Amino acid sequence: MGKRLRVVDVERCVDCLLCAFACARRFGGGGLAKSAIAVRSVGGMERGFVVVVCRACEDPPCQAVCPVGAIRKVEVGVRVDAERCIGCGMCVEACAIGAVQWDVAERKPVICVHCGLCAQFCPHGVLAHEEV
Amino acid sequence: MTGGLHRVLLVDLARHRSWVEDRGRLFAERLGGAGVAIELLHEHCPEGCDPMAPENPIVVAVGPLTSLYPLASKTVAMFKSPHTGNLGESHCGGRSAMALRLAGYGAMVVLGRSPTPVYISVDADGVRFRDARTLWGMSSSLTAGRVMLEREGGAGHRTVLRIGPAGENLVTYASVTVETYRHFGRLGMGTVMGSKNLKGIVIAGDGDMPVADRGAYQKTYRDLYTRAVRSPAMRKYYELGTPENLGPLSAMGALPVRNLQSTGYGAEPPLEGETLAREHLGRRLACSHCPTACIHLAALREPHPEAPYFYKTTFVSYDYEPLYALGTMLGVERPTDALHLLDAAEHLGLDAMSAGVALAWATEAFERGLLDESVTEGLRPAWGDARGYAAMLGRIARRTGRFYTRLGEGVDAAAAAYGGADYALAFGRLEMPGYHTGPGAHLTHLTGARHSHLDSAGYAIDQQDMKAGQPRSPGELARALLTEEARRQVLSSLVICFFARGLYNADTCVACLSAVEEKWQWDELMALGEDILRRKHAFKAREGFDFDALRIPARTLEAPTPLGTLSEETLREATSEAQRLLASGERFSRE
Repeated sequence: MGKRLRVVDVERCVDCLLCAFACARRFGGGGLAKSAIAVRSVGGMERGFVVVVCRACEDPPCQAVCPVGAIRKVEVGVRVDAERCIGCGMCVEACAIGAVQWDVAERKPVICVHCGLCAQFCPHGVLAHEEV
Repeated sequence: MTGGLHRVLLVDLARHRSWVEDRGRLFAERLGGAGVAIELLHEHCPEGCDPMAPENPIVVAVGPLTSLYPLASKTVAMFKSPHTGNLGESHCGGRSAMALRLAGYGAMVVLGRSPTPVYISVDADGVRFRDARTLWGMSSSLTAGRVMLEREGGAGHRTVLRIGPAGENLVTYASVTVETYRHFGRLGMGTVMGSKNLKGIVIAGDGDMPVADRGAYQKTYRDLYTRAVRSPAMRKYYELGTPENLGPLSAMGALPVRNLQSTGYGAEPPLEGETLAREHLGRRLACSHCPTACIHLAALREPHPEAPYFYKTTFVSYDYEPLYALGTMLGVERPTDALHLLDAAEHLGLDAMSAGVALAWATEAFERGLLDESVTEGLRPAWGDARGYAAMLGRIARRTGRFYTRLGEGVDAAAAAYGGADYALAFGRLEMPGYHTGPGAHLTHLTGARHSHLDSAGYAIDQQDMKAGQPRSPGELARALLTEEARRQVLSSLVICFFARGLYNADTCVACLSAVEEKWQWDELMALGEDILRRKHAFKAREGFDFDALRIPARTLEAPTPLGTLSEETLREATSEAQRLLASGERFSRE
């Protein structure tokens, strides 16, 4: 089986965003536009954070709602066929936890591929890349 | 140039207009951050202008490494300081640097004065001017910040800068609070915002930053990251945060206590990092793109003053310098009392350091009978009386009456009006930081371009000399300090957090730049660092700064340091040497 990315200890999250920067570097560059992982505060930074990332659903709603079949389930998570995607954004709406990010410039969804690069750069053990 | 660094956003508050100028050459020649900001300050600040006049610009700038590398997390601000009447420079982290860079700008220059209170909302599409009349006069800077963020909503990674009552009322050392827990703290950037009717700045960005040499970038990043998380150099900031300094400084007799009437509490000071962490640490946070998470928040649980069974839990960020200024300097020894004062300064939007030193002077002046209750409006400043000090902070921020107005202009202004200059602890009109380690520390306060301990960190040189058992000559000291200050100009132009100065050595700086196609040799960078420093001093000279007119408070010469009692002659000699080296044009930093 493949590996899946998991949020294992969110209490140690310090909002450094190193995970999100690591994700963006998959495409070779800096910035955050192409990051599939998001960190949000829980009503003020002092209350802590949530790390939002694809949970690799058994029956992915993002796949189900895609009107052109551009989202395909794979062993762990899904893949987006950018050629086929029409940028309608229905997958973003369909994900209950908000794990489908949006690349504004490209008008395409950005969804975690469970490569685990972010976990390698999490300095505080918040993320783990584990066998499914 | 990667990611829009060359774009400078200009904002005219008088006409509610904004535009972008392409300054590719400026960034190519001066990197970014401090190097670019000082040039933009020279361009936009008219000679001799009143710091509270609309003509005084606020410049903020990031650098070529921002949002590309870890610990490149700071924004540099420059303006003419209403506190010193000269160069104003302050650095801040939080999300500010990331948001500005990912919104597609290398720098922003805020000009003019809005006819009515506004805040501005900045993103990749430009600037929107928002009515802030309802936010003006709010008792807490934190509430105003929350309202602005809620109103702006929207996507992207956001930062929020805002002022509190102190900035609105033009206390000359008003700070700007960023993300609740970080600050453009010193030299009165908050005052300049207040004078512009500018309550806050929200910046949102989520841009892309393509890199030409992806392979080199990935490798350089990974090497740097590995060193950052393993380095013992970062451990101090990581575990206890900067309050770790309280213990060692107290033990060596370099911790200013009660307006430097004393220099420490021995090996176990009542305020220190370990106890604060054990008893009060409630959460740690990081600036964006920093693995270290040096931001320490205390959870302060306090009962309601009247209603039983009502409590509030406040999160207060604590660092060494505010704990020195509002703690040891005031004889405030209970951690909860010190935290309470830090929280008050945060809500009011005061620079905790200048405010604490001002209160320390007032307490001693009161003790010595220079002030009485008719002057202090019925309050009796007394060492350790946190409740009394909190009331005084409120009056400073609101500028009630003549005495608190003077205190709100700093100890030099207060001593000019009431006397007690010998124990008015300021250098270059800026209140003293918490280091009485020896001649190096005070020479940094005297010769540093912004009179900040961070300019050249003389306290570190003092500690080297303590270990070596031998102080250096005034000439050697001047050269060592200027060399460090020049090196820091490189870091604050890239823009790197000074806490990472040990990681960003010569090779690392060159490699990081090279991977994003900026070709520099270290020697060229150091030459630039010296030049940036000289450009700051050119601004200072233009605005009337005079090394010979620097005041050395008698108290600093009386209180013994770990390196012995300081002589004014030595300090003057080293200051003159620094002045000579800066004026000569010779390369002083060759190793």
